[in-house]
Amino acid sequence: MNKIPNRQAICEVLMEHAKEDRDIVVLCSDSRGSASLAPFASAFPEQFIEVGIAEQDLVSISAGLAKCGKKPFAASPACFLSTRSYEQAKIDVAYSNTNVKLIGISGGVSYGALGMSHHSAQDIAAMSAIPNMRVYLPSDRHQTRKLVEALLEDQKPAYIRVGRNPVEDIYEEDNTPFAMDKATVLREGSDVLIVACGEMVRPAKEAGEALAAEGISATVLDMYCVKPLDAETLLKYAESAKAVIAVEEHSPFGGLGSMVAQQVGANCPKKVVCMSLPDSPVITGNSKEVFDYYGLNAEGIAACAKAAIGK
Amino acid sequence: MDNLKAKAYELRKHVLDIIMAGKGGHIGGDMSVMEILVTLYFDQMNISPENADDPERDLFVLSKGHSVEALYAVLAEKGFFPYEEVLEKFSRFGSPFIGHPNNKLPGIEMNSGSLGHGLPVCVGMALASRMDGKKNRVYVVMGDGELAEGSVWEGAMSGGHYKLDNLCAVVDRNRLQISGSTEDVMSQDDQVERWKSFGWHAISVPGNDIDALHAAFEEAKATKGKPTVIIANTTKGLGSPVMENKANWHHKVPTAEEYEQIMKDLDARKEALLHE
Repeated sequence: MNKIPNRQAICEVLMEHAKEDRDIVVLCSDSRGSASLAPFASAFPEQFIEVGIAEQDLVSISAGLAKCGKKPFAASPACFLSTRSYEQAKIDVAYSNTNVKLIGISGGVSYGALGMSHHSAQDIAAMSAIPNMRVYLPSDRHQTRKLVEALLEDQKPAYIRVGRNPVEDIYEEDNTPFAMDKATVLREGSDVLIVACGEMVRPAKEAGEALAAEGISATVLDMYCVKPLDAETLLKYAESAKAVIAVEEHSPFGGLGSMVAQQVGANCPKKVVCMSLPDSPVITGNSKEVFDYYGLNAEGIAACAKAAIGK
Repeated sequence: MDNLKAKAYELRKHVLDIIMAGKGGHIGGDMSVMEILVTLYFDQMNISPENADDPERDLFVLSKGHSVEALYAVLAEKGFFPYEEVLEKFSRFGSPFIGHPNNKLPGIEMNSGSLGHGLPVCVGMALASRMDGKKNRVYVVMGDGELAEGSVWEGAMSGGHYKLDNLCAVVDRNRLQISGSTEDVMSQDDQVERWKSFGWHAISVPGNDIDALHAAFEEAKATKGKPTVIIANTTKGLGSPVMENKANWHHKVPTAEEYEQIMKDLDARKEALLHE
């Protein structure tokens, strides 16, 4: 069982590069511990800025730093970062086109029993609706590492959502296929296409394996790049599938499922089923309990896929 | 300094023509902020079209972005773009000269328009300059009504906490906002005390007086270990009795008759300053 959460992988990459690149700056809103960024703050105090519990300040200060050539990574719980400082993300980051990377930590229902105030089931929809904002939900620590390394190379705004808890590896340390803004194909099949992002990739992959054992061939895509969505890969596999299943830790509206349905509907119309959290505060529980309750697990995804293709 | 005082009135005439040409504009705040912008751009800041990409340039953000017509007039006068281009394009279909600052235009660092963003952005700029050991200064101009935004005080807090003496904020204290007197809408007449309590050096000056503004900016530069805020006590709509101190001139296009009268008044005041 992997013990390293994706947020820790982000810290590791930033620490590796901060030594050489003094323009990398990490900002936290009293969130260095929950973001796993305390080691960065200790090792690079000159490249770390604490703003206190003030998300609007966090994002605006990041934009000002970026305007002056810094490479800010602003980390704060996704629930607050994607709502409290939404306008700062819209105007100071996306509209002013500043090189700010917004790191939404403990995303989705990571905070479990803490309740809806601490859940970010709306962040994909909110951030994706901002022009010039990119949205990424990496699935495991290895992909997170590749993504952060790629993001260090560009000068554009982005929002990255990671969960709080360690998740099982999808990839291997020295075998993590990754191309920026291209979905990763986890398996290929012609009966059904399953598209997932973030923590839903693991159960989607397992569902693909379970379906194969029953003689149903599924394609499983890790669509970590929710915006810009990799429509080319999506449509290539949707074309040959009988149905498409989108799975996400998000509200039913405006997330991965909505975007997948938009593309498939316009380009190769067929049945699209969106698996997501409900349009209501989620039931109290830890992530696994919540996912199991709503069928966001391998069994649920496999059952949904079979129903969608009439098996 | 005297020619700057006259210049402020000449540029008010440009603002008036920009607003007439674009059929819209926040005229009251444009007129109140003019001496602040003229002092910054023609007396204080190290910024020009020639050094617009120099990392050592001084940085400016118009947080009260609705006064963009005044900024366009000043930037055109500085040579960032031709004044005639502003007249031709302001608010027109497809134009980059929109009704709030747009950083696709030369001379404009950040987009603004929603209030309460400029100060915390400038805190970030000032932190970056300090990290890099730069000697430049960072300036932000806010409106007084804007100070009701909570994000202003997040920025004030961090500016004070980080003792950013390379940062100077200016409040265009014209005492009016859309709904009327700032004191009736959300009272704030203890601004100096408020900023001091956040760790800032605070100066209150006659805000349409270029000599007083010059002295205040010099005092800000000499102040070490804390950022400075200049409460610039201004007159909204300054330049003609037609629009002075009238809340309904916050956003307004003058009629033809009002235009004639305002131009006459601006000319008279400019002439008086030239012969003072």
